[in-house]
Amino acid sequence: MVDPATGGGYVYLDAAAGLPPHPVATAAYAAAGADGGYDPGKLYSPARRSARLLDAARESVAASLRVRPDEVGFCAGGGTAAAHAAVRGALAGDPGRAGLVHSAVEHSAVLHAAAAHAAAGGAVRAVPVDRLGRVDPAGYAAAVAVPGTGLAALISASHEVGTTQPVPAVAAACAAAGVPLYLDAAAALGWAPVPPGWSLLSASAHKWGGPPGIGVLVVRKGTRWVPPWPGAPAGTLDSPGRLDVPAVVAAAASLRAVLAEPAAELDRLRALVDLVRAEVPARVPDVELAGDPADRLPHLATFSCLYLDGEALLYALDRAGFAVSSGSSCTSGTLRPSHVLAAMGVLTHGNVRVSLPRGTTAADVHRFLDTLPAVVADLRAQAGVVGL
Amino acid sequence: MTGPVPAGGAADPGREPELDCRGRRCPLPVIMVAARVPELAPGTVLRVRTDDPAAGPDLAAWCRMRGHGFLGGGTDGDHEVYRIQVTARIQAGPVPGSG
Repeated sequence: MVDPATGGGYVYLDAAAGLPPHPVATAAYAAAGADGGYDPGKLYSPARRSARLLDAARESVAASLRVRPDEVGFCAGGGTAAAHAAVRGALAGDPGRAGLVHSAVEHSAVLHAAAAHAAAGGAVRAVPVDRLGRVDPAGYAAAVAVPGTGLAALISASHEVGTTQPVPAVAAACAAAGVPLYLDAAAALGWAPVPPGWSLLSASAHKWGGPPGIGVLVVRKGTRWVPPWPGAPAGTLDSPGRLDVPAVVAAAASLRAVLAEPAAELDRLRALVDLVRAEVPARVPDVELAGDPADRLPHLATFSCLYLDGEALLYALDRAGFAVSSGSSCTSGTLRPSHVLAAMGVLTHGNVRVSLPRGTTAADVHRFLDTLPAVVADLRAQAGVVGL
Repeated sequence: MTGPVPAGGAADPGREPELDCRGRRCPLPVIMVAARVPELAPGTVLRVRTDDPAAGPDLAAWCRMRGHGFLGGGTDGDHEVYRIQVTARIQAGPVPGSG
């Protein structure tokens, strides 16, 4: 992927932060532009065309996720807004059970919603994870079995370390306790199977190649959920305000396209990620890999380099032509390390996440592997930490 | 602030050597600990004072990578104190991934 600002050799390895638009998204956006530019809530004929496009997008997403169209909503504000709506709406829908259970490695959107719930007097319990970033199903089951639990949240796979969660076992525990399970599928949808058994789901279009700012919210029939937006009529799943209908259409079309793409490409990316996880510790001293070696997202690898400042590492890799991400505190703006890495008990500084967009070449990955050792060695020499 | 290292370990917390990393941000606390530990006899418990929120998980991970004992920590006013038990000299080198 070529960045015009940095030239032809630059490689984007931050797919988990969001993808540029999939060609199908671009084409669908353009095609829907004329008819989708009107307010779908109005009654004149151009607006009715816009409403029909929105309906078609809803049906398409429903088919992609194997749910009913009236179980699908779209949220302006993207995956974060959809996650907030899932949590707040489910808790508001069952006010007699104010307990919220979540894993310690949820996306910050879920943690922020949980913090707001706790501040409002709700009971919140975080289920710890092991060194690989996975919850223990028995521990999760014990947490949801506490009387008064009204919602259980679980990230289907980690956007930071790639580890997939034991969703079927957690879903069974939630069903046994009569607690709805909210699955945050933002990192997984389009990359890994989304297991069944959940009552609510959220996702984010730009993580699969749709436009930014479009979140998907699914609330299965029979789930106690009320729209968490002031003044929203009962039954509405779409966030208030005018939706960008062409962007929603592009999100739906690109989701369908991505899910229909051959699995061989994900297998190819998985082999490249396995190469990164094998070669980085072999070529760079004092590196700790993060995340499950096998049960993981296919396109994402995370490691931490002892004694290094994550921000300096990102800038050095950027100068060398690679866009990557980091969970280190020095890159977060808050001076707090990634809560995911901290919950796992792995090294939080010097952290690098590489996530490969579809189409990443083996040559790109080999060049990264060839570049990294000298980048790390130079930074360690500058920091005076060689031999510690 | 360095106290004498008691023979055979440090049962008396008042005599455990201390390292004050307050005001230093990640990864400096871990680097300071890594520079200090080789000066200490095996069995010594080093007390690390820090106000860096990343220091807790990072010191625990560093101890695991280098084979030292991480004895946990607690709050002391506006900062944390972590205790690290020095193990016999361990060679630096590649560390197996946590998997």
